[in-house]
Amino acid sequence: MSRDRAGAPRLAVLDDPKLRGILYQILLCVFIALAAVAVVRNVSTNLARNHITSGFGFLDQVAGFDISQTLIEYSVQTSTYGRAFWVGLINTLVVSGLGIVLATFLGFLVGIARLSSNWLVANVARAYVEFFRNIPLLLQLLFWYNAVLKALPEARQSFSIGGGVLLNNRGLFLPQPIFGAGVDLVAIALVVGAAAAFAWGRLARARREQTGKALPILAPSLVVLIGLPVLTFLIAGADVKLIYPELGRFNVRGGIEILPEFVALLFGLVVYTAAFIAEVVRAGLLSVPRGQSEAASALGLQRRQVLSLIVIPQAKRVIIPPLTNQYLNLTKNSSLAVAIGYPDFVQIFTGTVLNQTGQAVEVVVITLAVYLALSFITSAAMNWYNARIAIVGR
Amino acid sequence: MSDAARSPIVQVAVTEDDVFVRSQSVPVLPPPLVATGPIGWLRANLFSTPLNALLTVAVVALLVWLVPPLIRFLFIDATWSGADREACLAASDGAEGACWAFVRDRLAYFIYGSYPIAQRWRVDLFFAMLAFGVGWLLWLDAPRRALGALYFFVVMPVIAYVLLNGFPLIGLPSVDTALWGGVLVTVVVTTVGIVASLPLGILLALGRRSSLPVVRVASTLFIEFVRGVPLITVLFMASVMLPLFVPPAWAPDKLLRALVGIVLFSSAYMAEVVRGGLAAIPNGQYEAARALGLRFWRMQGFVVLPQALRITIPNIVNSFIALFKDTTLVFFVGIFDFLKTIEVARVDPKWATPVTSATGYAFAAIFYFVFCFLMARYADRIEYRLARADRR
Repeated sequence: MSRDRAGAPRLAVLDDPKLRGILYQILLCVFIALAAVAVVRNVSTNLARNHITSGFGFLDQVAGFDISQTLIEYSVQTSTYGRAFWVGLINTLVVSGLGIVLATFLGFLVGIARLSSNWLVANVARAYVEFFRNIPLLLQLLFWYNAVLKALPEARQSFSIGGGVLLNNRGLFLPQPIFGAGVDLVAIALVVGAAAAFAWGRLARARREQTGKALPILAPSLVVLIGLPVLTFLIAGADVKLIYPELGRFNVRGGIEILPEFVALLFGLVVYTAAFIAEVVRAGLLSVPRGQSEAASALGLQRRQVLSLIVIPQAKRVIIPPLTNQYLNLTKNSSLAVAIGYPDFVQIFTGTVLNQTGQAVEVVVITLAVYLALSFITSAAMNWYNARIAIVGR
Repeated sequence: MSDAARSPIVQVAVTEDDVFVRSQSVPVLPPPLVATGPIGWLRANLFSTPLNALLTVAVVALLVWLVPPLIRFLFIDATWSGADREACLAASDGAEGACWAFVRDRLAYFIYGSYPIAQRWRVDLFFAMLAFGVGWLLWLDAPRRALGALYFFVVMPVIAYVLLNGFPLIGLPSVDTALWGGVLVTVVVTTVGIVASLPLGILLALGRRSSLPVVRVASTLFIEFVRGVPLITVLFMASVMLPLFVPPAWAPDKLLRALVGIVLFSSAYMAEVVRGGLAAIPNGQYEAARALGLRFWRMQGFVVLPQALRITIPNIVNSFIALFKDTTLVFFVGIFDFLKTIEVARVDPKWATPVTSATGYAFAAIFYFVFCFLMARYADRIEYRLARADRR
């Protein structure tokens, strides 16, 4: 505050930008603190009035409700709310993880199709994107579940898709493989195969960068990755039994049962998110200037090489950040499972557990924390990948 | 070659026998059929390579499999009128077609929910006022657009509240929000969302770019927090925790709780959209404004925001579309928006047929698609117009 020094502008104290800034910040802090105090006081009086004891002790109480899809052990009689939390979280992760993989495939397919030189393919892809993007996801989920899957025939008249797969209004039934001896060896072979494929990829890349000679990567990797486990399996005696789902009088017995809720949710999420991913991919591919692919063609690269060596590496940098957003959206949208009764995290925890225990504050705080953590992990992973492929500044 | 240069040669040709020199040009042949016209187009666009031909055939097969049954369901086999389920059941033996009679019968419910029939003119008036305001704002060459903004963001919300909620003093009986429903609620939630989230979003965006650390951290935390969680949890939070946050006497009604949730959620997204626009304004603009002696709010209001918001319009419209679709989620906190009225009506025994659900969903899909698609086209047009203005 050098107001008296010659040359410095003379300001009233309140006109000094620095002072004003500090004043504003103090006001904001006071406001936030007052609001927080008011909320805490209201919450505690309201809870006391409703005779709800706060705290996380309820997580150790027996839940006593049934869950239709449990990938970890869970029993109605003995499992706690804490266990139900994990069951729901795993269900959410399964549907989001599968959804991300499938939506990426479908989205890239549609996005590339939109740029096809084939008029019909490009326009069908465009119609797909416009149609699914402009209809609320919730409506799509309700449609797939209530109007398509629930309208399927009953168990007795199941559709037989072939290979022992049955489809009816109780879900999708797959044959269940029971592995005999040698299953451990196959698992080890799979790990070894993956490691070998990874090592081969690094080696081929290093060699290409040193000598300029491109070694094939995809084919040998696939051979090692698939061939090795299959070979081990055959050598170990091919000991596997398939338990086919059988039609009972009212239901299907045996086999792997996939809930119709799961099918509808996964399908809806994939179809919806793929439309957005397609646009991301299209924008990414279009962002690479034409001159790049023309120059590559002029150097004598083939069309496939132009794509894989010139266009895609550059497009990837544009695609990754918005693609991350779509992955996050898919994960968050999986919470719409509530609408069709798939036992995801929100349905089990924020729905049933909240209703049974009345611990609104704790349950909502845990829910928010879980989704924040999921978002954080996904974006951290994608940021790491993005930093790895970013252009190294010179 | 000019005529003068050619004529001597012609004379030479005439003097010699059995030599023929053409003195006129050959009539131009039409271009080969395979290169132009429909066939050429087909060759270039559908059958340029074997792979393309294969793709074309596959896509045609897919369309033949999908489109005719869809058209038959929606139009040809559909039942257009009738008093109850019998009409659709009678018509649909064998062929299954949409039961549009059901939609016609319940249309008033889909639009107004349970709003008292005698008072529905108020809803109609609200729709008209809204359409007027939206038209004024979206038509870029409209006169007095500043007045339009004032109307849309200040005048209309007040009148709409009085109109819809009721004000017994001036003869409008009050209507409980529990009776509101259908398109009315969808439109109210979307409008409140956009009217409240745009100013809040601008404040948050300015806060996130502020040089004051406390303001910046508070805005950033809020934005990232809300964007990190699903809307459905924000709505749950609003509906179960908001009543705990305030003294019991103030406990907000269901619709208001959902509105608070929607506004918080969409203002975080709006903040990011506006921030994108702010980031595109060159530093020189700020410096020039400061050199002219403008303080923060005047600088933002007269120099920065008018430019930033202009280039943000397409993205604002896009987040409006997202908000419009997201309003369907108020479904979960017990509010009868358009989708919920469909859900309720489709299980009504009076209209219980195998096709009722599909018909209801088809109707909802058409409704949402038409609005979202038109808004998206509008955003595209603005974007094109802005790009053209930049190229000048």
